[in-house]
Amino acid sequence: MADLLQTATEPLRTVDVDVITLDLIENGLRSARYEMDEVLFRTALSPGIREQHDEFPLIGDPEGKMVVGQFGLSIPDFLDNFEGTIEEGDVLMTSDPYSCGAAISHANDWLVVMPIYYEGRIVGWASQFGHMSDVGGKTPASMPTDARTIFEEGVVIPPFKLYKKGVLDEDALRIILNQVRKPDWNRADLNGIVAACRTASRRVQEMCARFGADTYTSALDALLDRNYRAMKTLLALVFEEGKPLSFTDYIDDDGRGNGPFELTMTITRTGDKVLIDLAGSSPQAEGPINYYINENLIRMFFGIYMITVADPQILWNDGYYPLVDVNIPEESFWKPKYPAALNGRNHGIGRLFDLFGGLLGQSNPDLLNGAGFSSSPHFMYSGNYSEGERKGDWFQLYSIGFGGIPGRPVGDGPDGHSLWPSFVNIPCEYLESYYPLRIDRWETVTDTGGAGLHRGGNGVDVSYRFLEPGTIAIHDDRWLTYPWGVLGGEPGARGTKWIERADGTREVLPSKVHDVDVARDDVLHFVTWGGGGWGDPLEREVDLVALEVRRGLISAEGARRYGVVCDEAGTVDAQATEALRAEVRSGRDGERPLFDKGPDLETILANALEETGLPAPTAPKPL
Amino acid sequence: MTFRLGVDVGGTFTDILLINEDTGESFRGKTSSTPEDQSVGVLRGIEQVCRTAGIGTDQVRAVLHGTTVATNAILEKKGARVGLVTTRGFRQILQIARSFVPGGLAGWIIWPKPEPLAALEDTVEVTERIGSDGQVVLELDEDDVRTQLARLRDQGIQALSISFINAYANDRHEVRVAEIAAEVLGDIPVSRSSAVLPELREYERTLTTVANAYVQGQVSRYVGNLERQLHGSGLDADLSILRSDGGLVSAGIAADSPVSLLLSGPAGGVTGAAWVAEQAGVENILTFDMGGTSTDVALIQGLTPRVGRETTVGDLTVRATSLDVRTVGAGGGSIAHVPQLTQALRVGPQSAGAVPGPASYGQGGTEPTVTDADVVLGYLPPQLAGGEITLDVEAAHAAVKSIAEATGLPSVHAAAEGIYDIVNENIFGALKLVSTQQGFDPRDFALMAFGGAGPLHANALGILTGAWPVIIPPSPGVLAAYGDATTSMRDEAVQTLIRRFGELTDAELRDLLHGLAGTARQSLLEAGLPEEDLTVTYAVDLRYHGQGFEIPVTVDAVDLEGAALDVLRKAFDAEHDRLFNFLLTNEHELVTARATVSGPRPEMAPTVLAEGGEDPSAAARRTHELWVEGQEVEATIYDRHKLLAGNVVTGPAVVAEMDSTTLVLPGHAATVHPSGSLLIRPIDAPADSGSKD
Repeated sequence: MADLLQTATEPLRTVDVDVITLDLIENGLRSARYEMDEVLFRTALSPGIREQHDEFPLIGDPEGKMVVGQFGLSIPDFLDNFEGTIEEGDVLMTSDPYSCGAAISHANDWLVVMPIYYEGRIVGWASQFGHMSDVGGKTPASMPTDARTIFEEGVVIPPFKLYKKGVLDEDALRIILNQVRKPDWNRADLNGIVAACRTASRRVQEMCARFGADTYTSALDALLDRNYRAMKTLLALVFEEGKPLSFTDYIDDDGRGNGPFELTMTITRTGDKVLIDLAGSSPQAEGPINYYINENLIRMFFGIYMITVADPQILWNDGYYPLVDVNIPEESFWKPKYPAALNGRNHGIGRLFDLFGGLLGQSNPDLLNGAGFSSSPHFMYSGNYSEGERKGDWFQLYSIGFGGIPGRPVGDGPDGHSLWPSFVNIPCEYLESYYPLRIDRWETVTDTGGAGLHRGGNGVDVSYRFLEPGTIAIHDDRWLTYPWGVLGGEPGARGTKWIERADGTREVLPSKVHDVDVARDDVLHFVTWGGGGWGDPLEREVDLVALEVRRGLISAEGARRYGVVCDEAGTVDAQATEALRAEVRSGRDGERPLFDKGPDLETILANALEETGLPAPTAPKPL
Repeated sequence: MTFRLGVDVGGTFTDILLINEDTGESFRGKTSSTPEDQSVGVLRGIEQVCRTAGIGTDQVRAVLHGTTVATNAILEKKGARVGLVTTRGFRQILQIARSFVPGGLAGWIIWPKPEPLAALEDTVEVTERIGSDGQVVLELDEDDVRTQLARLRDQGIQALSISFINAYANDRHEVRVAEIAAEVLGDIPVSRSSAVLPELREYERTLTTVANAYVQGQVSRYVGNLERQLHGSGLDADLSILRSDGGLVSAGIAADSPVSLLLSGPAGGVTGAAWVAEQAGVENILTFDMGGTSTDVALIQGLTPRVGRETTVGDLTVRATSLDVRTVGAGGGSIAHVPQLTQALRVGPQSAGAVPGPASYGQGGTEPTVTDADVVLGYLPPQLAGGEITLDVEAAHAAVKSIAEATGLPSVHAAAEGIYDIVNENIFGALKLVSTQQGFDPRDFALMAFGGAGPLHANALGILTGAWPVIIPPSPGVLAAYGDATTSMRDEAVQTLIRRFGELTDAELRDLLHGLAGTARQSLLEAGLPEEDLTVTYAVDLRYHGQGFEIPVTVDAVDLEGAALDVLRKAFDAEHDRLFNFLLTNEHELVTARATVSGPRPEMAPTVLAEGGEDPSAAARRTHELWVEGQEVEATIYDRHKLLAGNVVTGPAVVAEMDSTTLVLPGHAATVHPSGSLLIRPIDAPADSGSKD
């Protein structure tokens, strides 16, 4: 437990805050949080942060509860696990999930935590973490797909003071940066994170000066309370007392041939409170896909899904935590035992959101979307230039891909878009300027979105032509199980990856693989998943289906899934369409299913090799 | 005697400002805008103002015009049907749109994706490829080009855009496709990415090129019509158009590069603000232009508005140089509402617009707006100067009452104050984007408010920002027309050339910038400006090698003769430190070089009000009740046009004029500057801040 040193001992008083001041402070916090993003984007060097925005800021109250932010970290858990004093000017950092109560979940994420002092007292916390493209270890980008322990995943930094009373610990930083392949990236990105936290700190201090520290902190309580009240109302609205809702989805494999992993979540409301129970999920994996998560993060993610849709302008925070109990079984996929490998936990994060969607959607139609989260598919390419001006120089790329957004209550899922906030793709021209590769094709794949009244978005094919020999790595999922459709919508297509070798051979790659050698003019097809469809495809407007055929987003053959008969130019045969729709309707027995997950698991496994080119994984065994 | 005409076309009114170049005397005209063909209203306004001034239209030497034709085409989605030609494999570039979904986690659930400006069915791909070094990787297949263009022709496209991968490094294939397009498609506007925006990042370049093509037809038609009609009605004046960057260009150049006109309207206001500030003896100002649906904010340093490299209109952000104007959905018509779940008070971004408008306009609106709150609080007296509009106070009360009920606030006045405070806070947030977030302290600036609703909220924003004095320009409703009339001709030339400093010599940098200056100078010389009157400024966008964002740094012409790279290194580090509080040891890198050539500022005699002493009572009209911080206070209403230089209007007070109303809060006083501006300061004020530095 951290010992917090404050020169002012008089406690902050609780004062009344009028609704207007409250909204003013809410606004100020929101701007400060976006300013943190801006500072980091503009100063970072690694493409993962500067071009793709793989980072997450947070501002906390004096106890570390998040008052603004959106993602995965938890200051109270960090402080509980920190031994030693914290005082003004200190900046703390860590990359060890096991030493901070899973405030972060793999060693690539470098987390900075900074107390915000005003007149000698802690009035809040600024914190931000960013994904470092490389943190050392046995493979470039530090995410070995076959790892069994965290020791294989590069430098693991325990919580320590990067700055002591404002003074940088140069030696410690030098030791850390000596472990990584691109130290200049890590240094710049870390500088940017610290600068962003300092910016947040200044903004909070300005608000304390403007409104008074008592009013400021009381307003935070009120903002937390606003979320508490909103959530209480929502819980009563969405969940029937005592009736458990449950949903199960899968991670296809763990990178070591084990899978699929069954992930189950059950939510039950009793009185004002709900219990989120992850019992029934698979035990921890041998490979690196475990998603070590703490109870607060489950609460956070749950809350985002609940509240975003109800009041998109709300400053979303931790205030409702007391209303949510969480049970995470020990030594499970969600709480593996040290020193289990963690690097590939991105699949678990994605699946967690599909679980929330599938579960909450059962009782709240506004939240019922098809499945969209494959994972956060990673592509890595590295090597040394073999010729030219840069001969011998090391190059290393880490980039995130995107697929189909599922069909939603508000409409179609966008094609080839990101489900993650602020993420964008790395421009082709940027990649070609800084890396020895050329992109032959960057398009969404026809017919990969699940058919529905609201179509699921198409997946994307990015075809990388390598211009230098090197090695590549891939992290993805949903190559085996389907992104499910809802309310009669069909599943989207699964993702797939293959190399067309320069010699003309074709090689299918697993969804999780590293250290694959590539030669000049080999072409990797990195094809992501399509989003699940929403609603009955037979109810989709015929003209819209025809238009999308003309756009090349669906084919004439694919139009038949909507009961539409047309040619490749999108010319509709109205009579044949009517007949086909009638025929399909009459062939149905009963209601359309709420969830369409494609064939059952047994069939999927039996057909794996034939359909995907990859052998079925072996059922996971307890370790 | 010769005259200049500033013309600003807004959504509702067209403002005309006629200025006598010799005396500085000005005449204002206001007429309804004619959205179907804006030139009709413009011409009518010009004739009207010339009659008022008693001069013949032939005495007008120059017509300077800020136009929203391009902006409206985007906002109303009424541009041309644009065809797009891409490199094979990249046909869906606008569909994928960098994969970006706005909003937070789960934001994708509620985001409505806008349709691209060039439809996917009107996008074709052709066989060709340029490498990142500009080398041709795959020759252009001209037969393929002809086939694809014929398809687009048959589909009935009205404009063509061409954007190939790496075309910023080699434009050969794009140029060739444009030539073939002239054969296949005949006389339709063609925009090439290598001409519109020769910069790295294919999506942004394509989007900007398509936006250019999308608005080009309307802009060139409009500019052509207007020029013809001006000449037809006896005006022998040159027509110049204000670009987003605040410079004037000839009508012909404007029509060639319409994407650089998207912020022409707001740029007029900001350049007008700079002119007014100069007359009032203030150099550094923040501006906010508050209209019916939104507020535009900007920062002016040393009388020069900050320039940004992006232009945002609605959902669309393109790469085009513009004054760094940020827009927030907070205006007089913004609707206050209370989401049931959270019971927070929200104001905007929804707006009652012109129809039905605020409840107090009595045109059927019932939802509570900012204007209604202003009416409830007495800030906007129901009978204004001229008496054009009578406001329905009861309707305003009824509308605002719904907010009091939903929030549990104790009275209608408390709810109105809440709405007033929140909308001010939203504008404050926008002002922070251009000040604190760029490393500027608003307390080092003055604050100028204009637009119909600005002067009502100005004093309150002064308190929030600490930017004093708060300046209310003369005629705050037609400031943009002032800007149009008082700025200079300008053109710029830009080149992206990514070079680490180690790969660049001082001499190469000098040659590069001098070359760009030569290009930029061309259009001004053609417009008849003498070479000796032209001034050149140089700027480069720099970063540390490896960073993804650049910081613009200006280059002094004198430094360019010496160790320019070294000077730039230091200037960049200083700016980086100011913005982010740290430096890196990485090598510096040049990304973009730019030369801007400006003609002389028009010489115009400033207006000078007669001296009238401190006592403003000659302009007082009557008293009126206001609500301020929960108290009812008695204020005096003044006629602005009767105020004289030196008059001090002590708050609480309302200063009324034809198109705007200024609120002076208790504890504050407005001094009438000889140039006509009102300068509001706290009565126990420290020294002014805006004139520092």
